[in-house]
Amino acid sequence: MALSSDEGGRFADLLMEHEDSIVSSWTAEVAALLRGRLSHAELQRQTAELQKGFQTALAGGAQELTDDSAAELRAQLAELSSTRARQGFTATETAVSVFALKEAVLKVLDAGDGTDADTLRAYVGLSAFVDRAGLFTFDSYARAREELIADQAEQLLELSTPVVKLWEGVVAVPLVGTLDSARAQVVMERLLQTLVDTGSPYAIIDITGVPAVDTQVAQHILKTVVAARLMGADCIISGIRPQIAQTIVALGIEFGDIATKASLADALRHVLRKTGDKVTQKPSRREG
Amino acid sequence: MTAGGAAERIAVTSDQDVVRVRQLVRTVAVAVKLSLVDQTKLVTAASELARNTLVYGGGGTVEVTRVENGRRAGIQIVFADQGPGIPDLDLALTDGYTTGGGLGLGLSGARRLVDEFAIDTAVGKGTTISVTKWCR
Ligand SMILES: Nc1ncnc2c1ncn2[C@@H]1O[C@H](COP(=O)(O)OP(=O)(O)OP(=O)(O)O)[C@@H](O)[C@H]1O
Ligand SMILES: [Mg+2]
Repeated sequence: MALSSDEGGRFADLLMEHEDSIVSSWTAEVAALLRGRLSHAELQRQTAELQKGFQTALAGGAQELTDDSAAELRAQLAELSSTRARQGFTATETAVSVFALKEAVLKVLDAGDGTDADTLRAYVGLSAFVDRAGLFTFDSYARAREELIADQAEQLLELSTPVVKLWEGVVAVPLVGTLDSARAQVVMERLLQTLVDTGSPYAIIDITGVPAVDTQVAQHILKTVVAARLMGADCIISGIRPQIAQTIVALGIEFGDIATKASLADALRHVLRKTGDKVTQKPSRREG
Repeated sequence: MTAGGAAERIAVTSDQDVVRVRQLVRTVAVAVKLSLVDQTKLVTAASELARNTLVYGGGGTVEVTRVENGRRAGIQIVFADQGPGIPDLDLALTDGYTTGGGLGLGLSGARRLVDEFAIDTAVGKGTTISVTKWCR
């Protein structure tokens, strides 16, 4: 049963008139639901804002949550869902904190001069309106949650492919785990960008942490090496463990003239030797 | 050859499923005590064949079974799809032959990585590949 604009107006007045008591009993209700996982001050602020949102929407003649006059309220609800999702609350916890407004209004009505049939009918209308609002947070919660997951996946992707400057003129990218196409793309872009940023002539791709090198992984590595070469940098592949080496050979993958080394240390030594750096040499023994 | 355990089946419809196939094969390979080299070879072969099932077969299933032939334990993996089939098997098994811009080493390489390799394919019907690796 929809709210008539008269009834809406009546509740807008009621929300205004009893602002303090509604906000405080609403806050208390939500605080009990969330069991102290949000500070009282924060909750108080949120409910006060929502209370204003409902009041403005109802005063503006909103009969349905989809009405223009409820646009601001919808934005507030979406915002609430997204903060709650980020704070780790469930969709239900988010929705019931909106539903709790009904209890708060009921308390005010109970304390008033008796409830006649009109008030009851109006209350049912308001109740339906609040239900819509609660369900609305459900939908936006799901959307917020998905965005959050996508964000985190992207961050993880970035985190798991660090490109480090190993030495003056030498950058290294240690690959760990499954190198699927999405990650391979990120690795390639980051490596090439780091080559540009640091002007390094050498890049070491370390595959110690890759459990299996199949044709897809090999092709990604080969493409990266070719791209690096086009930018004037030389790539060395390191961390090829015995079982990987044997598998690569049986599979028939050829790394051509790309330098490969057993360990990252070997690869660095190889580069330093090429560049004539003396650091690799052992300190000369003192004559006795 | 007798089945030594219940088969585990994975439907392959995405890259994520190919990763799951690799993980399952790795787990079973460890369980039957394949050597580290053989584990890696079998996981790599499974990765190739599962990706072909996905990319060329349009998706399908992978079934991993522990097998026994009296003296030795092993693993059998069957990759099945109902895709277009392989019109020229000799060509497809040639190193470097690819219709998908790959290295063209997946099928021929996988054959070298396992002990037994059998293909059953029919144009318009699909492809089933069965591979087995035995403990040494
Ligand atoms: N299940 C399949 N259904 C239909 N065609 C297939 C199937 N598996 C392989 N093929 C065909 O055989 C060709 C060779 O496969 P193969 O795995 O050796 O190479 P690729 O997948 O093209 O490259 P990669 O080296 O990355 O594996 C494929 O390009 C494809 O045309
Ligand atoms: Mg292939």
